[in-house]
Order: sequence, then C-alpha cells, then structure tokens
Amino acid sequence: MSASKSTTGEGSETLKRAKRKWPPELSIFMVLIGVSLFFEAIGWYLNGQSFIFNIDRLQIIVLQVAVIGVIAVGATMVIITSGIDLSSGSVVAATAVVSASLAQVSDFPRAVFPHLTDLAPFWPILTGVSVGLVIGLINGLLIALTEIPPFIATLGTMVAARGFAKWFTGAMPVSMLTDSFAWIGSGINPVVIFVVLAIAFQVVLRYTRFGKFTYAIGANRQAAVVSGIAVHRHLVWIYALAGLLSGIAGTVTAARAVSGQAGMGFGYELDAIAAVVIGGTSLSGGIGGVTGTVIGVLILGVMTSGFTFIRLDAYYQEMVKGAIIVAAVVADQYRRRNRR
Amino acid sequence: MDRTTAVDRDLTRSAEAERAPLLEVNGIRKAFPGVVALDNVQFRLRAGTVHALMGENGAGKSTLMKIIAGIYAPDQGQVRVKGKALVFKGPLDALNNGIAMIHQELNLMPSMTVAENIWIRREPKTKFGFVDHAQLRRLTQDLLDHLVIDIDPEAEVRNLSIANRQMVEIAKAVSYNSDVLIMDEPTSALTDTEVNHLFRIIRQLQAQGKGIVYITHKMNELFEIADEVSVFRDGKYIDTRKATEVTRDEIIQMMVGREITQMFPKLSVPIGEVVLAVKNLGSHGFFREVSFELRAGEILGLAGLIGSGRSNLAETLFGVVPATTGSISIAGIEVTIDSPARAIRSGMAFLTEDRKETGCFLGLDVLANMSAAVLAKRYVRCGFVQRKAIQKDCGDMSGTLRVKTPGLDEVIQNLSGGNQQKVLIGRWLLTKPNILILDEPTRGIDVGAKAEIHRLMSELAGQGVALLMISSELPEVLGMSDRIMVMHEGRMIGIVDRKDANQVRIMEMASQ
Repeated sequence: MSASKSTTGEGSETLKRAKRKWPPELSIFMVLIGVSLFFEAIGWYLNGQSFIFNIDRLQIIVLQVAVIGVIAVGATMVIITSGIDLSSGSVVAATAVVSASLAQVSDFPRAVFPHLTDLAPFWPILTGVSVGLVIGLINGLLIALTEIPPFIATLGTMVAARGFAKWFTGAMPVSMLTDSFAWIGSGINPVVIFVVLAIAFQVVLRYTRFGKFTYAIGANRQAAVVSGIAVHRHLVWIYALAGLLSGIAGTVTAARAVSGQAGMGFGYELDAIAAVVIGGTSLSGGIGGVTGTVIGVLILGVMTSGFTFIRLDAYYQEMVKGAIIVAAVVADQYRRRNRR
Repeated sequence: MDRTTAVDRDLTRSAEAERAPLLEVNGIRKAFPGVVALDNVQFRLRAGTVHALMGENGAGKSTLMKIIAGIYAPDQGQVRVKGKALVFKGPLDALNNGIAMIHQELNLMPSMTVAENIWIRREPKTKFGFVDHAQLRRLTQDLLDHLVIDIDPEAEVRNLSIANRQMVEIAKAVSYNSDVLIMDEPTSALTDTEVNHLFRIIRQLQAQGKGIVYITHKMNELFEIADEVSVFRDGKYIDTRKATEVTRDEIIQMMVGREITQMFPKLSVPIGEVVLAVKNLGSHGFFREVSFELRAGEILGLAGLIGSGRSNLAETLFGVVPATTGSISIAGIEVTIDSPARAIRSGMAFLTEDRKETGCFLGLDVLANMSAAVLAKRYVRCGFVQRKAIQKDCGDMSGTLRVKTPGLDEVIQNLSGGNQQKVLIGRWLLTKPNILILDEPTRGIDVGAKAEIHRLMSELAGQGVALLMISSELPEVLGMSDRIMVMHEGRMIGIVDRKDANQVRIMEMASQ
C-alpha cells in the first residue's frame, strides 16, 4: 500500500472536486454583481432610473478606476510576495510632474525647461516611466540588501518622492502640455493601457517561471531559498516593476489632467491595496492574482459611482467605503477558513 | 622510461575517483552567537551506501548537513564532492553539484500544488517561454508513479496530511537525481507502511550508486537501512562504525557519553479518581462517538494511524475546535469547553503536535515562551508582570527539565528541537495542570531527551496528574501507558489494558 491520496476529510468526492476547481475569483465576482444589483435596486427606488444600464456611467466608472488599476497590478505582485508598497501614490506625483515638465508647449513663458518644449510625447513618457522604475529599484534594493521590512522602506520612499515632487515644481502646477501628450490620457486610452497591462501581468503570474517564483516567495520564503531561487534578486525585480507601473499611472494622470502637480496621486496606494485585498489576494502572501484585483478595482469604482448616483453625502461615502472594504475581506477570510 | 599510456592514466584516474568518497568534509567549524555548533568535524560518504548520522538534538547533525547543502557557510573547513574541493555560495550551488536535501522542517509552499512545489525553478517551458502546465503535470505524475506514491499532482499542499507532505518532499529530492541525497528525519510523520515504502526507494537509489545520508533518532530504522553510522556529540565528531559491527547500546553510549539503563522508566503509580470523563464526544468532520474516562495518576496512551483523528480529539478536549456533540466532565462536573482559556481554567494543559507551527513563539526568548500560559493566572499584580518571580520560577523549571540554553533570554529558535519541546512542557507545567494532554511529546527528539521526558511523565503521574499521550511510536505507547485507546478514521475502536497490549494487537485495531 502506498501513501494515501490527498483528502480534506469527509464529504462527497464530486463536491470536493468541484470546490477545488472553483476559482476564488468567482466569489469576488459575485460580490461585484451583488454590489451592482444593490445600487440598481436603490437607483430605481430613489431616482426611478437604472444605475448599470447607462453607457456613460459605465464608461466613467472604468475610466476612473483605470489609473488605480494600473497601480494595483503592481501592488498585486508585491503583496503576493507578502510585501507591501506604500510609495505608489508619491511615485504618481513624482512621475506626473517630471513627465509634464518635458511635455510643455513652446509658447508658454514659464516652462520648466525652456529649451525642452514641444517634444514628441515619447520623451516625457520615457522619462516619467523611468522615474517610476528608479524609485521602484530603490525600494527593491533597500528591501533586498538591508532586509528592512517593506513597510518601512516604501514608507521612506513615499515621503521622499512626494518631497521630490514638491521641490521639483516649487509647489506650482506644471501646465500647458502638448496635445500629443494629453492624448494618452484622453478618451478610452487609460482603460486600454490598464487592460493590456492587467492581461500581460496575469499571464506572467500564471504562466511563467517568474510568476511561480513570485508565489513561492510569498508562500514560504525559506522553502524558496532552499529550492535555489534567488529571492533577493527576484524581489528587486518585483518592486522595480511596481514602481514602473506606478510610473505609467503617473504619466497617464498627468496626460489626463493636462498638468502635473505635486499633490497628485494622494492616497492612491491605499486604494490600490484595498482593491488588491478585496480581489482576494492575501496580505500574508502566496495567494491571489491580477484577475481578482481587476474585479476589486471595479467594485471600488462601482461603489464610488453608486454613492454619487444616490447622492450620498461625500463624508458618509468614505465611512461606508471603509466598512465595505473590511466586510469584503472578512467575508473572504471566512470563506477561506471554511474551505479547509 | 614512462610506460603509462593515456589509457592507463585514465583508468587509474577513474579507479581513484571510485575509491574517493562521494562526499567528504574535513575540519568543519561553525559557530553561532553564543554556541559552537560544529567543532572540527569530519564526515565521509561513499557511493552506493546509506550512511546514518546519529546524535542528540543540538549535536550538530542538521547544521553540518545544511553546510553541505549550501544553506550555511562554514567558518573553517573543507567540503569535497567527488574529490573536488568546493565552496557553495548558496543552496543552488549545492543542487547544481549533485547534493539534494530533505529537511526536517518541511520546505513546501502550502498554497501551491504538488507539481509546482516539486519542479519549482525547473518548470518545463513551451516554445514561447511560458510554463508548460500539461508537461508539468505529466512529469509529476511520472515521478509519483515511478516512486509508487499515490498523490494527486494538482492537489494543493496545504490540503495534504503531514505524512503526504513528507512524501512530496521525498519525491522532490529524488527528482533532482543528485548523487548525494541527505534525509533529515524523513520518517517523523510516516507510518510503518510508508517507512517501508521509503526504504524501497532508498534501496533503489543505492543500487544506482547514489550516496544517502540518513539522519534519524529511530534505532530500528538505522539497523534496517544503514550500512555505516557516524555519531556526533555536542558539536564534535565521535566515530564511524559499520552498522553490522556496532550494537545499539554502543551507539547510545557514543551519543550520550553515558549509559542509558532504561528506555521507558515507567513507575508503578496508584491510580486515583476519575478526573476527566468524556461521553459520546464528536467534532463534525473529524471524529465521533468517543467515550472514555481518565484517572489521576494514569497515563492513557492514544494510538492510531495518521488521520485517525487523535490530534483532533485533543484539540476538541482543549477547546481549540469545540465539540459539536457529546459532553466533557471534569471531576464529575459537566463543563462546556469552548475555548483554550476555559480548558486551562478547568485544569487542562495541551502540548501540541507541531511545536514549530503551534507551540513556540520562535522569535521570542525562552522566558517569554515558558511564561506564556501562566501569565493569565499568576505573576501579575494590577496588570504588571512580576518579573523577578517569573524569572526565578522559569529558571527553576528550566533546570528541572535540564533545558540546554545559554540563558532565559536566548531566542528559542536557536535551541534544538528537544530543548524547545522541554521549554514548552515547562510552559504547561507552570500552570500546575490536573490533566496534561501531550501530542507526540518526543517526536524528533534524541534518545537522551526522550528518556528525560518519559521520566518526567512518570513523575507527574506519581504526583497525581492525569496524562493523555498521543504517540505514533508503538514502543513508546506500549512502554509508557497504563491503558491504550486506539482510534481509526475518527472512531474509537477500543481501550486495551497495559497487560493485554502488544504491537500486533494495537496495529490490528488501528488499521481496521
């Protein structure tokens, strides 16, 4: 007789197999449906009109969450390794101001770099995204080399990057940007960028060795070390990528607002982390994915739009939003524990 | 005149390589803050042999193996693989040089599948560089079939029993096809059937010319599978002997430096009143209809195969997973044990099965670990902890239990497994329990510490404590228990008196 087949205990075999194939994202998706239907019902009751079946509203929801979504893709990978990145919002600010400063039109007397105006959008994009990459690299190297907790390392860069943005702009907005640069943030483009990045990184996480390393490091770091994975090097990559993605988000933000301001992106990192956690990725690492994060991002978007739709007081909005975030995670924990 | 041809020289070189040991370490020294783990240690492994490594916990066996596997770097000394001196920069170096290790603490990723765990870093790729999941599953299934291990490659490791997890670790190590395979306590959670299975695999590897280092505390395994045995003591190399030319007592003497006269010092103790009565106890999904009585001064052994529900029964008695049916009575009064705090207040104590997962606060010191349970009851005045009092009592307890530690402020992670276990026992003894539940109290512990823990159990029984001991080691169950309760797949099969019990009978009951 050989070692027994894996079982979780009693219960019918078919039900167990079904539960195993039941992707965790499905339950989060049902939450999204539930929240949408909730606002749909209230919408009819209070306003006598549909909430969901309104193309304009759906477009606005998706547009509003696209930028947070891009950040959340990077945050997903970081959190899967059981780390955290608090600097995303500040990176958005730093990136926005730097890319905006290289995208200004020439007939503007107070350009940041008077000799670098009317540049092709390629340059501001490249520089902006590079700023994100560099800050991400700093995070990764700090965490890998000094082994200080990611919370502390990214807290430091969060403060420093925001300070950099303020210094760079002298607390003045960087405005009058070229149309070609602003185009990136116009119309449906931010959504396209978000969707492309989300698909790309979900594929990386599920189908590449790089992705498996990411899960392994979060699931059991010691086991990853012992299996020969270069954990330090991998973590540098992860945080660099997160910074890169925040850089993209920042560039898009500047393009959309047609200006770069040091106050941009404030609080984005927490929204991104909330979306990741609601989407089923565990803060302790090893579990989750970009699919869940996309759903989480949409849940946040539906909620924000829904509250505006029913004209809930803005301050109530934030309290209710916080409560719903906690409730979603508690529900997920409960479900996870009962799966055992 | 030089008559040797190139062919002759090649032949001589390969013959020398055959005579040269597969793995050789010399003069190894390794020190950690506060303790010298290895002092001028040597070890030699020849191809096609199984070399057992024995020693008390803290003797340095695992440390040396971790140096060989590239996890630690030695302070001094040399490691030679097939005659070549090598310096490993990390575990990957060792793996690439043909050294694979099965660790005592399972190094698996719980949220990933069996297939992903085994092939991590070596995943088969498709043309476009993505992981080929179909091939991954096929490779894993082939490996498991070849080793005759019946586990689903797509199962998530966290859903597997500890025994199956250990089989996955074994499969993973074998899959590296390395020349040297180090096994550190590979059978700690396996039943006899699975152990025999492992031995079959080892003999297969041996026939292929691989060298196997086998670290164990179980003497019978050693004599069954090993060709040679080396003994370490207190970080020093003692001797290497052929397994056929050494006796059990000689090995123990080398390990401990003194004679152990009695393995299971069971004292005859007067059995008192019923302190714990369990009627029709059940926990949905884990076990059902368990009834028994436990008396003061009695040691009730709980035997059964992995998955029989014994640890679940213990957790329910202690309130970790409250019962869904049935009743528990303490000293004649029925109580609802709905939490460990309630259990402790009712005079119970519980030493868990897995000290690393649910026992030790690994990052905290011995004092914090030992005082954890008792601070709820004593040593606290107006919310403040009476440091001097708790330090004195913990120090005394540490001395009574002979815990080997530089001090109470030593981080418990640095202690050996056996000493960690003693600290945890000390934690519970400080609460002065009437009922002590022990789940595998001597798992992964050397002979010397084992005998001490058994002596301690007998002393506690003599003081009137009632003990419930879960153990998978039949000799221990038979040697220590007054009565033996056997469970199988969540049901209680029966209770056998000490005088009527033998290995065969217990095994029959456990496998019905």
